[in-house]
Order: sequence, then structure tokens, then C-alpha cells
Amino acid sequence: MSEAFALSPEFNPAEIEPGGLRPLASARRGDRGVIVRVTGVSGAAESVAAEELERRLLEMGFVEGAAIEVLHEGLFGRDPIAVRVDDTRVALRRREAGAVSVKFDGR
Amino acid sequence: MPLDTAIADAAAPKPVADTARIALVGNPNSGKTALFNALTGSRQKVANYAGVTVERKEGVLTTASGRQMRVLDLPGTYSLRARSPDEVVTRDAVLGKLAGEVAPEALICVADATNLRLVLRLVLELKQVGRPFVLALNMFDIAQRQGLRIDLERLSQEIGAPIVTTVATRKRGLPELLEKVEAIVAAKNLEKGKVEAENVWREPTASEIRAAHAEAQRIFKACVKPPERPDTVTGKIDGVLLHPAAGLVILLTLLFVMFQAVFTWATPLMDGIDAGFAALVAFTNDHLPHGLLTSFIADGLIAGVGSVLVFLPQILILFFFILMLEDSGYMARAAFLMDKIMGGAGLHGRAFIPLLSSFACAIPGIMSTRVIDNREDRLTTILVAPLMTCSARIPVYTLIIGAFIPQKTVGGFLSLQGLVMFGLYASGIVSALLVSFVIRRIFWRGAVEPFMMELPTYRWPEPRNLLMNLWTRARIFMARAGRIILPLMVLVWVLSTFPYPPEGATGPAIDYSIAGRVGKFIAPLMAPIGFNWQMTVALIPGMAAREVAVAVLGTVYAVGGGDGETGALSTLLKNQWSLASALSFLAWYVFAPQCLPTLGVVKRETNSWIWPTVMFCYMVSLAYLAAFIVYHAAVAFGLG
Repeated sequence: MSEAFALSPEFNPAEIEPGGLRPLASARRGDRGVIVRVTGVSGAAESVAAEELERRLLEMGFVEGAAIEVLHEGLFGRDPIAVRVDDTRVALRRREAGAVSVKFDGR
Repeated sequence: MPLDTAIADAAAPKPVADTARIALVGNPNSGKTALFNALTGSRQKVANYAGVTVERKEGVLTTASGRQMRVLDLPGTYSLRARSPDEVVTRDAVLGKLAGEVAPEALICVADATNLRLVLRLVLELKQVGRPFVLALNMFDIAQRQGLRIDLERLSQEIGAPIVTTVATRKRGLPELLEKVEAIVAAKNLEKGKVEAENVWREPTASEIRAAHAEAQRIFKACVKPPERPDTVTGKIDGVLLHPAAGLVILLTLLFVMFQAVFTWATPLMDGIDAGFAALVAFTNDHLPHGLLTSFIADGLIAGVGSVLVFLPQILILFFFILMLEDSGYMARAAFLMDKIMGGAGLHGRAFIPLLSSFACAIPGIMSTRVIDNREDRLTTILVAPLMTCSARIPVYTLIIGAFIPQKTVGGFLSLQGLVMFGLYASGIVSALLVSFVIRRIFWRGAVEPFMMELPTYRWPEPRNLLMNLWTRARIFMARAGRIILPLMVLVWVLSTFPYPPEGATGPAIDYSIAGRVGKFIAPLMAPIGFNWQMTVALIPGMAAREVAVAVLGTVYAVGGGDGETGALSTLLKNQWSLASALSFLAWYVFAPQCLPTLGVVKRETNSWIWPTVMFCYMVSLAYLAAFIVYHAAVAFGLG
């Protein structure tokens, strides 16, 4: 079972992108920043189309320019995460968080 | 699409002038249901929308001017772009395209005044639909306490709709809200014949959502000053409740308390109901002439109703806890904490609530899978829900454990009987996780549905609102379960009664009935797992409800009519069955689909015979396999 708790093997978000951006998927508790890009491509196989994932993220408030802070992490593999997007608290898995690129403060 | 809608609008039947129809829309957690309860009081009706298993809640209210209005409470949503069956209903109802529904004349968009950012985008979508609406800024007292300043006039201009501030739980702002609704309905009726506002809504693309967000953000910045005393309590509570380790411990403790309550608080009530119905059955048998009709009324109808009602206390207590957890905002946190564990087995975080309910009874559990958007996720949850140890298994477990497991302590303080009981619960949970793991890894290999959930602000549940929702839940359970369970109980009564034993028969009557014959017929099939024919016969009426098997064992072994004589029965079983057979019987009961009502509910909820069939086959196979292994292992250890 322990294998099941790990992120799926095909999941491999780019660690550092050009311009100092990092995917939200790699953020740790307490990290703060501003969302720079939202795509529908999380780096993992998703059950929904890229455009659909992008729209769902946008509808939950993950939009370019929104302030973001990682509030909590789960116990197993630090997944899922709870974040504050502007004023809203949202829980999501690190898989889907791979589709959100963030410019983190002080890094 | 806009053209389609325009045609549908024109074709919709014109509503009666006197009863306007309005519908409530809004984000989840905006207090929409509280507002619905406050507006309609007890004048509510719960049913399903035509053709789909989405709950339809409608109520009637009378305004100050004496006008009647019908209010429809639509499922909460962040967008008109529907993803789940629930959200499809909301979209179609708002657009006036819902089959079997008259288009509402006006909408009330319910918003949490302290959390306007996301709802403003929904408001912009509503504006495109062209149906008049009023924005209700709910929980306005909390906004005021936080020192949040909203420029209502400006906001109303920006969104082009009237705004009313409300506190649903205190019934504040309701007359003003209804006044505004009446005004827009009247204005709409005046304009009849003129060109109505055109519906220009269509499913937005990602870039259109971005644009709408930017617009919503602009309106938000222009109209809302950030709170002077923002809520910090929720953050502090989350610091503890979402702590990776402590959070899980607290959740498990909560669940433990909940189970204790479900089982201990309910016992006196259940015993009372049981005794009441037993007395009623006895009374009927005593005061009506002996015969078929009396037997049908007493053993078929009254006992059937009783077998449904007896679970009501447990289900009420369970729903009470679930509603408390939902209203307070904790349920989303529970889903957060459990997501990884559930996800490891291929289940969605939202499967948590249905599986939890299934510990009382799989029927409300299966009904509550409606909150899961994705079809495969939902079917997986439905298929494994009956593996959770429901309370109907307890009488069977108690009887067998009491008869065969010695009352000794293990390791100084643990009771062996308690350990076996715990083991049976644990095997139910583990097998449910394993089965869903297999389903999701082998049969439906698709990727997991995205998990995104708002974590709402913590709030004290409002007792009045809680009680009203509890009453609604109870009514739904009784109506739906009753409609399924009662006919099945009657069917089982027929099978166990006909044909009559011949004159001068010596064995118990059930031996000669169809159930008895079928039992004896399939007994050779069950011999490899150590079942004798009496055990097999008991399984058939046990299909109506698991605990019925206990009464039937009493009947086939002819112990005092089978009621309340478990002490005698347990001694008798001990002499008649080998330990291996008893353990095999327990293993069978962990897995077997010994419950027709559950299968009936699965048929209803999935609208197909395929899924109950799949469920029956896989559960019977697992039960046979488990019982076979347990029996032969026990025999090998010399317990035969």
C-alpha cells in the first residue's frame, strides 16, 4: 500500500522554471508568493482535459496575480495542501497544484 | 446555445400570475440552505428532479402583501459551467431549461458577505443569463463584526441588481429581501410582451473566466474595504485541526465518539421500538383470527415497518453528527485529512462521508454518494459501501461471538470477544479499501478526479437550522427506504410462508416453504464452507435484513418462536455447530450481500440493474472465498 501513498511516478513538475518561478506543487508550508501562471497541465495524468482543469482552478480563485500562501500540509507525502488564495482557503492535491506557477517571496 | 435557450424560454408554460417562482443560487457554504429554511419554514417538500437523483427542495412562502411564492433551493455552485449532476440541475434551472420545471421568474443569489470574491464572478454569469435577480448579502452580522465595509449602492450599480443584507439564521432582512423580489417580479410582468433581456450566457472559456475574474476583482476593490478585524479564529483552529499528526488523531477521536454515540445512545430507543413492534405483532396475532391475513399483517407488514423504523434512532444520531460537522465547516477538513488515505485506495476524498454513514446503514451511505462529481468515483464508493460493518450485522456478530468465543481477557485487559468484534470491523474497512483499490487499478484505470475544495470559515451550527435539516434528512430516509424495504419484507414473508407445511408435519413451518426448499437445495453448495442446511435456510429470509437471520435460526432450531431467546439459542448453536462453521459464518457475513434493500437502493441510485448485479456477484464471491478459507484453515487447526 505504501506505494499508493506516493505521488504517481509520471508526476514530475519542473523544479525551477526560468524567471525564478516554481510550481505550487513544490511549495512548503509557510511559503508565500503571487500566482504568475495557471495552465491546465499539471505534469501528471489527469482525468479531465487540460482546459477543464485550468477552468476549475480559475473558478476556485487560482488566477494570475492572486496572492497565495501555503497554510497546511497533509501527513502522508505532505499531500494534499491547504492554501490561502487572496481571502479564500482552498484544499487541493499537489498533483493539480503542478498546474499553478508561483513567484515565491524571498527566493 | 443562446438560440436554444431563447426557444426553450418561449416554449416554457407561463406561470400563474399569483404564485411567482423564485430560485436560490449561490456558492457552497454561503448559508443558502439556512436562508431557504428561514424563508419557507416547515412548508418544504423534498423530492428528486425528474430523471436524475439530485435532491429537489422546494418551499412555499407568503410575502407581507399576501402573495404566495414558490422557492426552489438549487445545489450550491461556483459557476454555471456544470461539472456534477448537481451543478447541471443548477445551471438548467437558472437557464429555465430543466425538464419538468417551470423557469423561475426571478433568482436570489445568496452570497457570504465576508467572502465575496468568488461569488462576484458567479453574479457576472447570472447577469448574462438575463433573468432578474436580487443579491442577498448573507451573514451580514459577521461582516459588520469584522468591520468589513461594503459600498452597497455602488455594488448594486456595478452588478445591475438590487442588494439586500440578510442574516438568515436570525431571520433578519427577509421582509426587505421579499419586497425587492416582488418588485422585480412585478416589473417583469409589466414588461411582458416587450422584449425581455436576452440570455447571452454560454459556457465560458478559460480566458473568459480570467476576464470575468478581472472584472469581479475590479468591482470588489471598488466596493469592498478590507475588514478592520479580520477573522483569525479559523486560522488558529486550523492550526490544531489540520496539524498533520494531531489533526488525524482528533479526527479519529471524533469518529470514535460518534460511533459510541450512534451505538450507545440509540440502544434504549431501538430496544423501545423493537419491543413496541413485537408487542404490536403479538397484539395483532392475539386479537385477529388466526390465518393468512393476520400473518401477513403481523409478520409481513408490521414487522416490516418495524425493521425500517428500528434503525431510525441510529440514523438520526449519525445525521446529527454529520450535520454538525458540515454546518461548523469541519467536514471539508475531514475530507482534507482523509484524502491521502482514501486516495491511496483510489477513492475520492468526498467518499469519506458516504462510507462513514455506511457504518450505521449502507442505504443512507449510498444515497449520500451524490456529492461525488465523477461517475466512476461515485460507483466505486457505492460498490464498497456495503462492506462497511452496518449495524444490522451486529445482532448476528453478537450471537455467534457470544456462543463460540470464550469470555477471557487477552494481554491482561483486552476482552477476546471485543477483539473478535474489532477484527470483524477492521476486515470490513480493509476489504473496502482493497476492493476499491482493485477496481480503480484494474477495471477503471483512469486518473483520479482533481480534488479541490474550499475550506470554509468555522461557524457555530445554528440549532434551529440543524434541527430542520435533521428533520428533512429523516423524512427522506424514511420515505425512500420505506418504499424499498417494505415491499421486500413482504416478498420475503411470502417466500418463507408458502407453501404451508402438510398436515401432521413435525419440522418448523419454514422447512416446507419456498425459502426452506431453496435453502435445502443450495445447501450442498454451502457444505464446502462448513454451513449446514439450517444455516443456509437462515440466509434466505436474512436477505430482507441481516439481523432477521438471528430470528430465523431461532425458528429453524425451534427455540421459543425465535424472539428474545438468544440466550437459549446461543447455547443450542454451541452444541450444534463446530467452531470452524461458526467462524466461517462470521466471515460470510463480513462480505455477503445479505441485504436486498441495499441492492434496491443501488438500482435506484444508478438507474440500472447492472450495478446491483455486479455488487451481488462480487460480494457473494468474496463471501464464499473468505468463508472457504476461514473454514478450512480452522479445520486444519483442529477446530472442526
